[in-house]
Amino acid sequence: MEIKGKVFKYGDAVNTDVILPGRWCHLYKPEDLKKHCLEDLDKDFAANVEEGDIIAAGENFGCGSSREVAPLSIKSSGISAIIAKSFARIFYRNSINIGLPILESPEAVENISAGNEVSVNMAEGTITNHTTGKTFNFVPFPEFMRDILAKGGIRDYILAKVK
Amino acid sequence: MGSTFAEKVLSEKAGKTVKPGDIVEITPDLAMSHDNTAAISKTFYNIGVDKLFDPELHIIVLDHCTPAADQKHATNHKTVREFVSRHGIKKFYDVNSGICHQVMAEAGLGIPGHVIVGSDSHTTHLGAFGAFATGIGRSEMAVIMATGKIWFRVPESMRVIVLGMPPKGVFAKDVALKIVGKVGASGAIYRSVEFSGPYIDSLPIDYRVVFTNISVEMGAKNGYIKPDDKTFSYLALRTRERYTPVLPDTDAEYAENVEIDVTDMTPQVACPHTVDNVKPIGEVEGTKVNQAFLGTCNGSRLTDWQVAASILKGRKISGDCRLICIPASSKVYLDAMKAGYVATIMEAGGIVTNSGCGPCLGAHQGVPAPEEVVISTGNRNFKGRMGCSESEVYLGSPATVAASALTGKITDPREFI
Repeated sequence: MEIKGKVFKYGDAVNTDVILPGRWCHLYKPEDLKKHCLEDLDKDFAANVEEGDIIAAGENFGCGSSREVAPLSIKSSGISAIIAKSFARIFYRNSINIGLPILESPEAVENISAGNEVSVNMAEGTITNHTTGKTFNFVPFPEFMRDILAKGGIRDYILAKVK
Repeated sequence: MGSTFAEKVLSEKAGKTVKPGDIVEITPDLAMSHDNTAAISKTFYNIGVDKLFDPELHIIVLDHCTPAADQKHATNHKTVREFVSRHGIKKFYDVNSGICHQVMAEAGLGIPGHVIVGSDSHTTHLGAFGAFATGIGRSEMAVIMATGKIWFRVPESMRVIVLGMPPKGVFAKDVALKIVGKVGASGAIYRSVEFSGPYIDSLPIDYRVVFTNISVEMGAKNGYIKPDDKTFSYLALRTRERYTPVLPDTDAEYAENVEIDVTDMTPQVACPHTVDNVKPIGEVEGTKVNQAFLGTCNGSRLTDWQVAASILKGRKISGDCRLICIPASSKVYLDAMKAGYVATIMEAGGIVTNSGCGPCLGAHQGVPAPEEVVISTGNRNFKGRMGCSESEVYLGSPATVAASALTGKITDPREFI
């Protein structure tokens, strides 16, 4: 899977109530979720995001509720990966479980600005900022988590194991 | 070198000695889901398994929008009831029960040493009984339904040690907010947090859960309070389950020890729009409020109603402020009625509704309007949390909420105590 696109950059503690407010939590279709993703934080996000784009953010991304529709709304928007200094743990689990790559790299975040062209190589564990030419490493996922991501989420990962 | 609570309990479950960073796959003792069971059931059926791994593993509580506010929530509830009936889930609590975490506590399901997962972030609540209780997502709940298994990374642990005893008029919620303010919203990320100290030991169960419940607001994986005679007595009235408490070793190694002296503390308030934006009440006193909310899994048990009623007794709330009171469970509601607290609150001008999560997450029963300000006993004040992104939410103790309802402004409750 290719992870490459322009960057949307946000600060610390982007919480699930601004990623997908409670009033939209009953939605589940990707085309509905993407319309409201991040609308209370960045009202232009839905209109400007393109397939493959990347979110870079500060500490504790995804803090708050356990709602899985939060990362799902981001994935539905076309975002191919989130890079943050740290993630809230349930958001982290949910993202892996729905097949959205989610990478911790404070160094990369410090060196990525909004609008930069960035790509991620999952196999090599590298993040490259093509605008500045700099490359950063992230700690690769354990094998079973790589498998879940490769299957597009835990449901299909288990489906493959059950069969 | 000894082991922390999290290391011990996960070692026991995994059947091998584990250390922080290890990945374990285990079967939990209990798995809770709420209204989101409707969505979880869709994923479960998609996995292609037609039977639950073990129906006894599951508890389902309808609480997030009860009774249903509209057709979409009603349909969700219907889907959940059909799922419960089809799979023979005995631990089902319908819309007349209360908030899942309180309902589970009252049912005696917070068992010391058990691993409890829930598809709700405040599942950390039951750690106050010495359980390992943690929030998970929807898809992995569906996987537990199908396979009985979930993976965990064994967390590092930190200790929060509360020193001294707070003065009169300063409550568990004030101390809990002070801790969140000091540790920060990401200060306990991925960690198991053990709360201890003579103050914690002195608290009744109603107040202990305030700490474990809010621990997720510091990023914690779980919160833990060592079970003691109060825990055992509480459970003796509610369950016949036999259990062996799991206690941390005295020589366990912690990633961090946070000490906090509460001897001279004043009431605390979490200001918009983050839970760790905590200030002494003196700094925000006088801020106009349009709505005071006594409710949620963090602050609406009988002890909280007793405190609120003692402040409201014989007084009237401000004409500029609404007071909405939602008991944490129907049991709390009944007990508060018997004790006269419901009458006291209604005579003061408050609204009392059936139990549930209510407006905490903006579903119904008191969503604020743009530019309105709410003071709440809840555990989260993110922008838009209560259903309106143009409103502001402050968090405080039940005493602070009651006192603020009387004046229509954020008010130090000590003048009414």
